[in-house]
Amino acid sequence: MEFQIPNFAPAAAEIFVAAMALVLLMVAAFARPGGGRCAAFWVSQATLLVAAVLSLPVDWSAGVWETLRSSEGGIGMWLLSWLASGKVTFTFGLSFLSDPLGGMLKSLVCLAVMAVLLYGRRYLNDRKLESPEYYVVAICATLGMLVLISASSLLTIYMGLELLSLSSYALVAVDRDNPRATEAAMKYFVLGALASGLLLYGISMVYGATGTLDIIEVARGLYEQQVNRTVLLFGLVFVVAGVAFKLGVVPFHMWIPDVYHGAPTSVTLLISTAPKLAAFAMAFRLLALGMWDLAPQWQKMLMIAAVASIVLGNLAAIAQTNLKRMLAYSGISHMGFMLLGLMAAKGSPHDLFNAYASSLFYVVIYVLTTLASFGILLMMSREGFEAENIDDFRGLNRRNSWWAAMMAIVMFSTAGLPFFVGFFSKFFVLQAVLSAGHLSLAVVAVLMSLVGAFYYLRVVKVMYFDEPVDDTPVRASRGFGLVLSSNVLAVAVLGIMPGWLMNFCVLVLRSSFG
Amino acid sequence: MTVPYLSLAIWLPIFGGLLTLFAGKDRNAPVARIIALLTALAGFLITIPLYTGFDTTQANMQFLEVHPWIQYFNISYALGVDGISMPFVILNSFITIFVVIAGWEVIQEKVAQYLAAFLIMSGLTNGIFSALDGVLFYVFFEAALIPMYLIIGIWGGPNRVYAALKFFLYTLLGSLLMLVAFIYLFQHSGGSFSILDWHAAPLSMREQSWIFFAFLASFAVKVPMWPVHTWLPDAHVEAPTGGSVVLAAIALKLGAYGFLRFSLPIVPDASQYFAPLMITLSLIAVIYIGFVALVQTDMKKLVAYSSISHMGFATLGFFMFNQLGIEGALVQMISHGFVSGAMFLCIGVLYDRVHSRQIADYGGVVNTMPKFAAFFLLFAMANAGLPATSGFVGEFMVVLGAVKYNFWIGFAAATTLILGAAYTLWMYKRVVFGPVGNHHVAELKDINGREFLFLAVLALCVLGFGLYPLPLTEVMHATVDELLRHVANSKL
Repeated sequence: MEFQIPNFAPAAAEIFVAAMALVLLMVAAFARPGGGRCAAFWVSQATLLVAAVLSLPVDWSAGVWETLRSSEGGIGMWLLSWLASGKVTFTFGLSFLSDPLGGMLKSLVCLAVMAVLLYGRRYLNDRKLESPEYYVVAICATLGMLVLISASSLLTIYMGLELLSLSSYALVAVDRDNPRATEAAMKYFVLGALASGLLLYGISMVYGATGTLDIIEVARGLYEQQVNRTVLLFGLVFVVAGVAFKLGVVPFHMWIPDVYHGAPTSVTLLISTAPKLAAFAMAFRLLALGMWDLAPQWQKMLMIAAVASIVLGNLAAIAQTNLKRMLAYSGISHMGFMLLGLMAAKGSPHDLFNAYASSLFYVVIYVLTTLASFGILLMMSREGFEAENIDDFRGLNRRNSWWAAMMAIVMFSTAGLPFFVGFFSKFFVLQAVLSAGHLSLAVVAVLMSLVGAFYYLRVVKVMYFDEPVDDTPVRASRGFGLVLSSNVLAVAVLGIMPGWLMNFCVLVLRSSFG
Repeated sequence: MTVPYLSLAIWLPIFGGLLTLFAGKDRNAPVARIIALLTALAGFLITIPLYTGFDTTQANMQFLEVHPWIQYFNISYALGVDGISMPFVILNSFITIFVVIAGWEVIQEKVAQYLAAFLIMSGLTNGIFSALDGVLFYVFFEAALIPMYLIIGIWGGPNRVYAALKFFLYTLLGSLLMLVAFIYLFQHSGGSFSILDWHAAPLSMREQSWIFFAFLASFAVKVPMWPVHTWLPDAHVEAPTGGSVVLAAIALKLGAYGFLRFSLPIVPDASQYFAPLMITLSLIAVIYIGFVALVQTDMKKLVAYSSISHMGFATLGFFMFNQLGIEGALVQMISHGFVSGAMFLCIGVLYDRVHSRQIADYGGVVNTMPKFAAFFLLFAMANAGLPATSGFVGEFMVVLGAVKYNFWIGFAAATTLILGAAYTLWMYKRVVFGPVGNHHVAELKDINGREFLFLAVLALCVLGFGLYPLPLTEVMHATVDELLRHVANSKL
């Protein structure tokens, strides 16, 4: 047998990030103690920026000007279709896949991690936690997410997942003298290891039933009905459990509040944002791609998980006085909402893309708003003071009306109020749910949104209606303030113009599965 | 090129509000006040062409503006007004001027935010009245909650936090169910969010009933109808004067408008079928809430209950399905906008001086504030429905319509003329007449030029529409005719 050199191009972003992680290690080892932190920060930012560009799902070979001239619908539409013009390519056998969906998610992951590192920098500095190693581990976590998104074999999925998880455990424990953080890391590790085990067990079942690890082959086997469905169904349950853990939906949500609360806020920001994009890709590849013919089964499971998450997440969030915990529970309910979109996929191709696109839209918007909400928490914190209780926001409007307005926008958006984009993400999912004929689910979802509005409004209430308890001015460095403000304003602007993003989500899905 | 008057009516106040927010910090409150006043005036002037350019012979939507918004779901930025909505756009822009003036010296804290909230609210409300796309309507409908929540919560009375939250959650509950109904309609009208397409969508009786109740949940809370009215007294009492004026004059009309724009034309059969229910609820509001108003000891609460009672009249008029009833209800709503706004402004004048809303804290105000007492009397009479004031015209038309529909309903509705007079005039007597009650009243100063100006303008409106309501009824005529024709055609 002749040895063939595989096509490395589809994995360019991953290979680049992996190489840069090693470079960062060198920086950590050889730079001067003070300068190393700074250098590591900027090297990581540059790495992520390059990786974001590398993973753009663009067909670079197509002549830009020719397509521009022949495009219809103006420059905006052309830009969108150009951004989604990448080809679907498999490499390393069938175990690695590059397609527009993956490209879009990978670029977003890189951008999200860039924001995470920027927002968290001052916070880490104030707590003497910033070290080059922090950036090395964060970059490794990013690499895990990228691999997870591109994986098209059960083993690659597992590899990406483990890289992501192990890095996250380490990051949660980065403040090693803090008992709460260590406890959180321990909990995260034990539960995470259990979930990995479940997933691996499920994978072995799938392998046993189909005789292959490649997702495409699994799907083909199912389609041609050459597999033992009972074993496969059994495996499916464990696979769904693994996915549910990573997304943090009921009943695999237990780690979320403790870890979000215990971890340093900058790490909470990391684990609550970008990995959700990767987990969406994982859910999508495993379920929608690999097990499409078992859709009635997994959709039922997702439905139960989704409804339970929406109900439990929203109800438990009411009782929280700690904002990080509240956002954790609200995150559980949001992931439930996102699953509603996934489980509503049935019927004609148009309805299918509609449902998946609403789900994709939801998760992208969730990441955008969560970056903003934890970002504001990070900005409010200062040396020796953790802004994490709702009461810490008391009277913010009197202390600094700009940031009060920013936080209010984020809260209104997460509550799903219009003119903010959170409304449209909920609206699109509801639309998909209703077109799949689940009227009662939609009613439950909106009633729980009402409960959600109650606790988001409470944050607005303490900011605007209460007197401030401490008068320390709220300060952000210029770059941080600017990026964070534009992050929040993006939430507002997308609320006025949500159409193009939805179009883009549909386009990406279509060109991935056209 | 045609001028997009409706877009201007929506976005001018909103951008003016944002400008106020950025221009006026607490240090330079005067700048904020002047920008806000200019914006409010410009916002009103821009709506005048809507009246002068309105073709009263047509029932169609006029001043149409249609642009695609979210093409993937066929959602468009579609605006237009007909004889039902056009008066409300003008009323809203008009009242905004008074709100800005009413807070001129009274609000000293976070002035820019206060004024900006009202201006943005005004723009959003114009959006609600002129939206012709379901999603656009919903977006304005719900977004308007945010400024009102902040207004009550920041500048309100002692129990403001509770009131603000109650207001918000009550109204949100209703509108979320309406959203589900909207999406359902989208899927059953061939993928369109256009309200006019929904008017034509065929629906079975079962579907109509569900949709009717989803709409009812939203609009009944907004009106508010008995028994979901309990947020209103709380919100009114705690809100600052401007907030009460906007709530009474504008926000309450949104629910009633929703019935006319959505419930009646989209689910005509269910509307007819459930009309007895609606009439019963309306009569309970008119009579029972009238009695409740009688026993109030707080002036603002009294006027709040009287608003519920008056709005009961409006919903009563709608569900009798005759020309007199619907037109009377619309006239009643416009008139109530002026009268209740003026009543709250009058109470605000007293509150600014004495800082009490309790009737018992006053007495003999006429001795120290004669000019004020005269204006207050006129508005109290209008609230009671005295002929020659605008309050009379609407009530009389609705009563006539009700008698046509069923004598006893008309009889019951007419008791409001007695009840309304009883609670309003009794309050007036206790506050204004008699000997000077206490030293606060003895130290009262009569209204200043600013207060005289806004009370005088409102008095002119109340008298003007009372003596000559034709300009108001003639713009509605064609639209109401068409609506009734549409409702009479069964969708089944």
